[in-house]
Amino acid sequence: MPNFLEILLKAVMFLVLALTGFAYMTWIERRVIARMQSRIGPNRVGPQGLLQPVAEGLKLIFKESITPAQADRFVYFLAPMLAVIPAISLFAVIPISNNAFFNLAGGLDTAVLFVLAMLGTAVYGIALAGWSSNNKYASIGGLRAAAQVISYELALSLSLVAVVLMAGSASMNVIIEKQLPGNILGWFIIRQPVAAAIFAITALAELARAPFDLVEAEQELTAGYMTEYGGMKFALFFMSEYVKMVALSALFTVFFLGGWSGPFVGDSWVLGLIYFSVKVLACLLVMVWVRATLPRFRYDKLMALGWKKLLPIALANVVLTALLIVLGVPGYK
Amino acid sequence: MNLKKRFRAITRIPLGFATVLKQMFQKPVTVQYPEEKRPMTSRFRGRHNLKRYDDGLEKCIGCALCAAACPADAIWVEAAENTNEVRFSPGERYAKTYEINMLRCIFCGYCEDACPTNAIVLEPIEFPTGYTRESMIYTKSQLLESPPINVAATPQQTPAGKYDRAILPFPPVDSSV
Repeated sequence: MPNFLEILLKAVMFLVLALTGFAYMTWIERRVIARMQSRIGPNRVGPQGLLQPVAEGLKLIFKESITPAQADRFVYFLAPMLAVIPAISLFAVIPISNNAFFNLAGGLDTAVLFVLAMLGTAVYGIALAGWSSNNKYASIGGLRAAAQVISYELALSLSLVAVVLMAGSASMNVIIEKQLPGNILGWFIIRQPVAAAIFAITALAELARAPFDLVEAEQELTAGYMTEYGGMKFALFFMSEYVKMVALSALFTVFFLGGWSGPFVGDSWVLGLIYFSVKVLACLLVMVWVRATLPRFRYDKLMALGWKKLLPIALANVVLTALLIVLGVPGYK
Repeated sequence: MNLKKRFRAITRIPLGFATVLKQMFQKPVTVQYPEEKRPMTSRFRGRHNLKRYDDGLEKCIGCALCAAACPADAIWVEAAENTNEVRFSPGERYAKTYEINMLRCIFCGYCEDACPTNAIVLEPIEFPTGYTRESMIYTKSQLLESPPINVAATPQQTPAGKYDRAILPFPPVDSSV
């Protein structure tokens, strides 16, 4: 078993990466959104508040674990795990650099399908959390989450169909290679702007982030599906949310921003890693920017946008892309 | 909503994004309190300050009118007799104990109004804070201002007859001459 050590090393590396990424994403988001709102944000714990996530993690670990009397105990304990495992699993198929070592699942041919499967599975954690808490806020939050994620998953999948058509493969490595022709024009965000826009919007809805954060709309639902959760169980939901946020930014980078590609990337895997990180960070900052800018959607408008606008546009985009590829239009074959 | 209006609405979204981004490069309005302090107006009713005369004697004569006026019942005064050998304030009596419970105080300033000698004044000085209830009961030594430079603190030894009156005539009359 010469491979065992490598697999273990990779798994640990990705796990650590995802978890520190999550912790520091909370810090980045709070600092950036504070500046956008003319505030300073957390700057007390450690230099520039850099130890804030550590302090909060410690605090949450030492919280008492409480189960509501009326809760379905087994499901109540299971739900946070069901939420966080698919989120972390997403990283398995994302190539973070051009070295094969950085591709955990070894360049899975059906990576796009795996991503869709994991995104779909992640809803179970949220829906079950809402259901098992036996709390009206949590139930409504869970139901909203399920309805919202199912609605937007269709448009999300269809936007990825266009990408897969362009690349001719569902493998992440092939998708990146197809965007390689040297310059920025090769990126799918240029050649597939509609798919990129739909992916960006549906990703926000999939994450239940502003402006689609009806799942945990504080004003009406307190904390939504995680109302009854505290301590580390609450932290797991938070983790799943932020890990998914990082993962979807990474997916956007792979599908539309050329992944690890960039000038002189062939020379060293370090460059690929840097390009990839910079692109992912840019996506994350845009998410924070969106959250600081847009107000929350009304629920019926959210559904109308998903079903009546994004879905038909995504379908039309798939048909158009297929036509362009069949006709052999330059840039599409 | 007609198409034209809808188009207009959509074109306004980037403006909103631009506004938020512009905000990012402006100075935050946050005042980081313990390190940075906002200036207070000169008439701000902050912590109480027990005043002294220029010769170092305390203005407070222990009459406890402030305690009577206090709507929050936050002030406790105990008076004691002055002598010419051990003199704290002009007149017969001085405040042996002067305590203000800062947790009860509502900073209304009625004590200032009640004071016949203008001994107690709410000033824009550092605001009372503390970690325990006990530490929030300010004693006389905390409230009393320090004497003017080159002037002895209380108790002072004073010539007989000079400080017979609790409220000094202005200008103070030196009866020993």
